[in-house]
Amino acid sequence: MKRSNEPIFWSLFGAGGMLAALIGPALVFITGIAVPFGLIFKPDTMSYAHMLALSQNWAGKIFILAVIALFLWHAAHRIHILLHDFGVHAVTAVRVLCYGGAFAGTVIAAYTLLMIKA
Amino acid sequence: MSNRRPYVRSMDGWWKRDAYFVSYMAREVTSVFVAAYAVVLLAGLVRLGQGEAAFNGWLQYLTTPWMKVFHLIVLAVFCYHTWSWFKIMPKTMPIMFVGGKRVQPGTITGTGLAAAVVACLAVLFIVGGVS
Repeated sequence: MKRSNEPIFWSLFGAGGMLAALIGPALVFITGIAVPFGLIFKPDTMSYAHMLALSQNWAGKIFILAVIALFLWHAAHRIHILLHDFGVHAVTAVRVLCYGGAFAGTVIAAYTLLMIKA
Repeated sequence: MSNRRPYVRSMDGWWKRDAYFVSYMAREVTSVFVAAYAVVLLAGLVRLGQGEAAFNGWLQYLTTPWMKVFHLIVLAVFCYHTWSWFKIMPKTMPIMFVGGKRVQPGTITGTGLAAAVVACLAVLFIVGGVS
């Protein structure tokens, strides 16, 4: 019997869902609301210098990659099933679109982070 | 060839038939917003790699009214994601026993939500402290 590749996709889905559930609301609040609206945090919280410093640090690189890539893999898995639920049965095309998109996003994020030198 | 046209029940709008399906759909549709938020962050990262002017352009873009509205919606959706994620956790994780007794679904959901509140507060305090 051919081994299923489901556990890999399900693990990425689960990890992304857990990360989003645990810290997602705080991240969205900081990057999307507090900083753009100029609330609570110092105005330079997401300044170029601060974000560059975060992305030059290995722990920071791993954190940024984990958030972007795992959120994408989590969403890809659910959107893949959603399309099926809405009657899109082109299985291969849907998989390529969803997981391919997550894979492309992961590669772009990883490459960008590797190119940012200390 | 037969001329019979057997009745096939339409599946259109199947998820609206039952409150449970509606909650399933609400939970699964959060993923579209999770993906959209990840793409916004990915764009920010790419801009960061391109230099200060590019990154400042992205920061400026976040302050446009549409992006503010977008993020308010995303925040609400993420809160719903957190709630629904731990709500279904008793069904998605292996059954747990503590001291010979099965851990109740309510305990698992409650612990998860408490962990999320603590994690979110930790992120807010770390970012507030570092900046």
